Amino acid sequence: MAQPQTYLKVAQDTDCTRVEFGEKHIIDEVVIRAIGNELAKLVDDSPRPRIVISFKGVEHLSSAALGTLITITNRVKAKDGQLRLCEINPQILQIFEITKLNRILRIEKDLAAAKASLASKA
Amino acid sequence: MASDRPASRFERTWHFREQRESIERLQMDVAAALDAAGYGEAAAFAIRLALEEALVNAFRHGNKGDASKRVLVECAIDPASVVIEVQDEGEGFDPGSVPDPTAEENIEIPSGRGIMLMRAYMTSVEYVPPGNRLRIVYERAHKG
Repeated sequence: MAQPQTYLKVAQDTDCTRVEFGEKHIIDEVVIRAIGNELAKLVDDSPRPRIVISFKGVEHLSSAALGTLITITNRVKAKDGQLRLCEINPQILQIFEITKLNRILRIEKDLAAAKASLASKA
Repeated sequence: MASDRPASRFERTWHFREQRESIERLQMDVAAALDAAGYGEAAAFAIRLALEEALVNAFRHGNKGDASKRVLVECAIDPASVVIEVQDEGEGFDPGSVPDPTAEENIEIPSGRGIMLMRAYMTSVEYVPPGNRLRIVYERAHKG
Protein backbone atom coordinates (compact mmCIF):
# COMPACT_ATOMS: atom_id res chain seq x y z
CA MET A 1 0.00 0.00 0.00
CA ALA A 2 1.34 3.43 -0.89
CA GLN A 3 2.50 5.53 2.05
CA PRO A 4 1.04 9.05 2.32
CA GLN A 5 3.46 11.66 1.02
CA THR A 6 5.40 13.48 3.72
CA TYR A 7 6.59 17.05 3.35
CA LEU A 8 8.68 17.25 6.51
CA LYS A 9 11.99 15.78 7.57
CA VAL A 10 11.71 15.03 11.26
CA ALA A 11 14.56 14.10 13.59
CA GLN A 12 14.26 13.34 17.29
CA ASP A 13 17.15 14.89 19.19
CA THR A 14 17.65 14.36 22.92
CA ASP A 15 16.38 17.86 23.73
CA CYS A 16 13.80 18.53 21.00
CA THR A 17 12.06 17.42 17.85
CA ARG A 18 13.84 18.96 14.87
CA VAL A 19 11.86 19.63 11.70
CA GLU A 20 12.93 20.66 8.21
CA PHE A 21 10.80 21.21 5.14
CA GLY A 22 11.17 18.94 2.14
CA GLU A 23 9.85 21.70 -0.15
CA LYS A 24 11.58 24.94 -1.04
CA HIS A 25 8.28 26.59 -2.02
CA ILE A 26 5.62 26.39 0.70
CA ILE A 27 2.80 27.92 -1.30
CA ASP A 28 0.51 25.15 -2.56
CA GLU A 29 -2.54 24.94 -0.30
CA VAL A 30 -2.68 21.14 -0.53
CA VAL A 31 0.96 20.91 0.56
CA ILE A 32 0.42 23.47 3.34
CA ARG A 33 -2.55 21.52 4.66
CA ALA A 34 -0.49 18.33 4.68
CA ILE A 35 2.38 20.11 6.45
CA GLY A 36 -0.10 21.42 9.02
CA ASN A 37 -1.39 17.92 9.65
CA GLU A 38 2.13 16.52 10.04
CA LEU A 39 3.09 19.28 12.49
CA ALA A 40 -0.15 18.85 14.42
CA LYS A 41 0.60 15.14 14.83
CA LEU A 42 4.06 15.95 16.22
CA VAL A 43 2.45 18.25 18.78
CA ASP A 44 -0.29 15.79 19.64
CA ASP A 45 2.16 12.90 20.06
CA SER A 46 4.12 14.67 22.76
CA PRO A 47 2.87 15.49 26.27
CA ARG A 48 4.90 18.72 26.27
CA PRO A 49 6.26 19.36 22.78
CA ARG A 50 9.65 21.02 22.22
CA ILE A 51 9.91 21.62 18.51
CA VAL A 52 12.48 23.46 16.39
CA ILE A 53 11.45 24.17 12.81
CA SER A 54 14.32 24.97 10.46
CA PHE A 55 13.55 26.94 7.31
CA LYS A 56 16.83 25.94 5.70
CA GLY A 57 16.33 25.81 1.93
CA VAL A 58 12.89 27.45 2.00
CA GLU A 59 12.71 30.11 -0.69
CA HIS A 60 9.02 31.03 -0.83
CA LEU A 61 6.22 31.14 1.70
CA SER A 62 2.59 32.20 1.33
CA SER A 63 0.14 33.71 3.80
CA ALA A 64 -1.55 30.31 4.06
CA ALA A 65 1.73 28.87 5.38
CA LEU A 66 1.86 31.68 7.95
CA GLY A 67 -1.64 30.69 9.04
CA THR A 68 -0.52 27.11 9.58
CA LEU A 69 2.42 28.27 11.70
CA ILE A 70 0.08 30.35 13.87
CA THR A 71 -2.26 27.39 14.33
CA ILE A 72 0.65 25.15 15.34
CA THR A 73 2.02 27.80 17.71
CA ASN A 74 -1.36 28.00 19.44
CA ARG A 75 -1.48 24.21 19.66
CA VAL A 76 1.99 24.04 21.20
CA LYS A 77 1.12 26.78 23.70
CA ALA A 78 -2.03 24.90 24.72
CA LYS A 79 0.19 22.00 25.78
CA ASP A 80 2.64 24.29 27.59
CA GLY A 81 5.25 23.37 25.00
CA GLN A 82 7.88 25.36 23.16
CA LEU A 83 8.31 26.12 19.47
CA ARG A 84 11.23 27.81 17.78
CA LEU A 85 11.77 28.79 14.15
CA CYS A 86 15.29 29.16 12.80
CA GLU A 87 17.56 29.34 9.73
CA ILE A 88 15.17 31.67 7.94
CA ASN A 89 16.54 33.42 4.87
CA PRO A 90 16.34 37.25 4.83
CA GLN A 91 13.50 37.41 2.28
CA ILE A 92 11.33 35.01 4.27
CA LEU A 93 12.26 36.76 7.51
CA GLN A 94 10.96 39.99 6.02
CA ILE A 95 7.53 38.35 5.59
CA PHE A 96 7.44 37.58 9.32
CA GLU A 97 8.45 41.17 10.07
CA ILE A 98 5.90 42.77 7.71
CA THR A 99 3.09 40.72 9.24
CA LYS A 100 4.54 41.33 12.73
CA LEU A 101 4.39 37.62 13.39
CA ASN A 102 7.92 37.88 14.77
CA ARG A 103 6.09 39.19 17.88
CA ILE A 104 4.32 35.92 18.55
CA LEU A 105 6.59 33.38 16.84
CA ARG A 106 9.93 32.80 18.53
CA ILE A 107 12.55 33.16 15.79
CA GLU A 108 16.22 32.33 16.31
CA LYS A 109 19.14 32.74 13.93
CA ASP A 110 20.29 29.13 13.76
CA LEU A 111 19.71 25.67 15.18
CA ALA A 112 22.20 26.13 18.03
CA ALA A 113 20.50 29.36 19.14
CA ALA A 114 17.08 27.75 18.87
CA LYS A 115 18.14 24.80 21.03
CA ALA A 116 19.88 27.07 23.53
CA SER A 117 16.71 29.14 23.89
CA LEU A 118 14.73 25.99 24.65
CA ALA A 119 17.22 24.98 27.31
CA SER A 120 17.23 28.40 28.90
CA LYS A 121 13.49 28.42 29.56
CA ALA A 122 12.64 27.45 33.13
CA MET B 1 1.33 50.62 -31.84
CA ALA B 2 3.48 47.58 -31.45
CA SER B 3 6.52 49.40 -32.81
CA ASP B 4 6.35 51.84 -29.86
CA ARG B 5 6.75 49.05 -27.35
CA PRO B 6 10.09 48.14 -25.80
CA ALA B 7 11.55 45.02 -27.38
CA SER B 8 11.38 43.08 -24.10
CA ARG B 9 7.72 43.79 -23.39
CA PHE B 10 5.78 40.71 -22.34
CA GLU B 11 1.99 40.58 -22.54
CA ARG B 12 -0.11 37.54 -21.89
CA THR B 13 -3.61 36.55 -20.82
CA TRP B 14 -4.56 33.30 -19.14
CA HIS B 15 -7.97 31.83 -18.29
CA PHE B 16 -7.82 28.89 -15.98
CA ARG B 17 -9.43 26.88 -13.25
CA GLU B 18 -7.62 26.03 -10.06
CA GLN B 19 -4.92 23.61 -11.01
CA ARG B 20 -1.61 23.83 -9.27
CA GLU B 21 0.18 22.81 -12.49
CA SER B 22 -1.42 25.75 -14.34
CA ILE B 23 -0.47 28.18 -11.60
CA GLU B 24 3.08 26.86 -11.58
CA ARG B 25 3.33 27.23 -15.37
CA LEU B 26 2.01 30.79 -15.11
CA GLN B 27 4.54 31.57 -12.37
CA MET B 28 7.34 30.11 -14.48
CA ASP B 29 6.30 32.17 -17.52
CA VAL B 30 6.18 35.33 -15.42
CA ALA B 31 9.54 34.54 -13.82
CA ALA B 32 11.13 34.07 -17.24
CA ALA B 33 9.62 37.35 -18.48
CA LEU B 34 10.89 39.19 -15.39
CA ASP B 35 14.35 37.81 -15.97
CA ALA B 36 14.25 38.82 -19.64
CA ALA B 37 13.19 42.34 -18.65
CA GLY B 38 16.13 42.62 -16.25
CA TYR B 39 14.35 42.34 -12.90
CA GLY B 40 16.43 41.02 -10.03
CA GLU B 41 15.86 38.43 -7.35
CA ALA B 42 14.05 40.74 -4.91
CA ALA B 43 11.55 41.85 -7.56
CA ALA B 44 10.97 38.27 -8.67
CA PHE B 45 10.34 37.23 -5.06
CA ALA B 46 7.88 40.09 -4.49
CA ILE B 47 5.94 39.52 -7.69
CA ARG B 48 5.74 35.77 -7.24
CA LEU B 49 4.42 36.25 -3.72
CA ALA B 50 1.83 38.87 -4.74
CA LEU B 51 0.66 36.82 -7.71
CA GLU B 52 0.29 33.71 -5.57
CA GLU B 53 -1.76 35.59 -2.97
CA ALA B 54 -3.91 37.17 -5.69
CA LEU B 55 -4.64 33.79 -7.29
CA VAL B 56 -5.39 32.03 -4.02
CA ASN B 57 -7.80 34.83 -3.05
CA ALA B 58 -9.49 34.69 -6.46
CA PHE B 59 -10.02 30.92 -6.31
CA ARG B 60 -10.80 30.55 -2.62
CA HIS B 61 -12.68 33.74 -1.74
CA GLY B 62 -13.82 34.91 -5.17
CA ASN B 63 -14.88 31.70 -6.88
CA LYS B 64 -15.34 29.98 -3.49
CA GLY B 65 -13.64 26.84 -4.76
CA ASP B 66 -16.24 26.33 -7.49
CA ALA B 67 -14.34 24.31 -10.10
CA SER B 68 -16.73 25.43 -12.85
CA LYS B 69 -15.61 29.04 -12.43
CA ARG B 70 -12.51 30.50 -13.98
CA VAL B 71 -9.96 33.15 -13.17
CA LEU B 72 -8.66 35.59 -15.74
CA VAL B 73 -5.07 36.79 -15.43
CA GLU B 74 -3.64 39.57 -17.60
CA CYS B 75 0.01 40.40 -17.30
CA ALA B 76 2.17 43.10 -18.88
CA ILE B 77 5.86 43.28 -18.09
CA ASP B 78 8.43 45.73 -19.42
CA PRO B 79 11.68 47.00 -17.94
CA ALA B 80 9.88 49.84 -16.11
CA SER B 81 6.88 48.10 -14.58
CA VAL B 82 4.86 44.97 -14.06
CA VAL B 83 1.07 45.19 -14.23
CA ILE B 84 -1.01 42.14 -13.32
CA GLU B 85 -4.81 42.01 -13.28
CA VAL B 86 -6.64 39.07 -11.75
CA GLN B 87 -10.40 38.70 -12.13
CA ASP B 88 -12.58 36.02 -10.59
CA GLU B 89 -16.24 35.16 -11.16
CA GLY B 90 -17.34 36.01 -7.62
CA GLU B 91 -19.51 38.85 -6.38
CA GLY B 92 -16.60 40.96 -5.22
CA PHE B 93 -15.93 42.39 -1.78
CA ASP B 94 -14.97 45.55 0.04
CA PRO B 95 -11.22 45.38 0.76
CA GLY B 96 -11.78 47.96 3.50
CA SER B 97 -13.76 45.36 5.43
CA VAL B 98 -10.69 43.12 5.90
CA PRO B 99 -9.41 43.56 9.47
CA ASP B 100 -5.81 44.62 10.11
CA PRO B 101 -4.02 41.30 10.74
CA THR B 102 -1.28 43.05 12.72
CA ALA B 103 -3.71 44.47 15.31
CA GLU B 104 -3.29 42.98 18.77
CA GLU B 105 -6.72 41.34 18.68
CA ASN B 106 -6.08 39.74 15.25
CA ILE B 107 -2.42 38.76 15.41
CA GLU B 108 -3.14 35.15 16.44
CA ILE B 109 -5.85 34.63 13.80
CA PRO B 110 -4.43 32.29 11.13
CA SER B 111 -5.95 33.99 8.06
CA GLY B 112 -6.20 37.45 6.49
CA ARG B 113 -2.60 38.33 5.58
CA GLY B 114 -2.67 37.96 1.78
CA ILE B 115 -3.78 41.50 0.92
CA MET B 116 -1.38 42.95 3.44
CA LEU B 117 1.55 41.11 1.87
CA MET B 118 0.54 42.26 -1.62
CA ARG B 119 0.40 45.87 -0.40
CA ALA B 120 3.81 45.53 1.24
CA TYR B 121 5.56 44.11 -1.80
CA MET B 122 3.85 45.91 -4.68
CA THR B 123 3.82 49.60 -5.61
CA SER B 124 0.03 49.65 -5.81
CA VAL B 125 -2.83 47.24 -5.13
CA GLU B 126 -6.26 48.25 -6.32
CA TYR B 127 -9.57 46.40 -6.28
CA VAL B 128 -11.87 47.50 -9.08
CA PRO B 129 -15.51 47.67 -7.87
CA PRO B 130 -17.36 45.46 -7.12
CA GLY B 131 -14.09 43.92 -5.95
CA ASN B 132 -13.70 40.86 -8.13
CA ARG B 133 -10.94 42.41 -10.23
CA LEU B 134 -7.56 43.14 -8.72
CA ARG B 135 -4.86 45.28 -10.30
CA ILE B 136 -1.38 45.02 -8.84
CA VAL B 137 1.53 47.10 -10.09
CA TYR B 138 5.24 46.86 -9.42
CA GLU B 139 7.18 49.92 -10.57
CA ARG B 140 10.86 49.36 -10.82
CA ALA B 141 11.73 53.01 -10.17
CA HIS B 142 9.74 52.89 -6.95
CA LYS B 143 10.67 49.48 -5.64
CA GLY B 144 14.12 49.13 -7.16
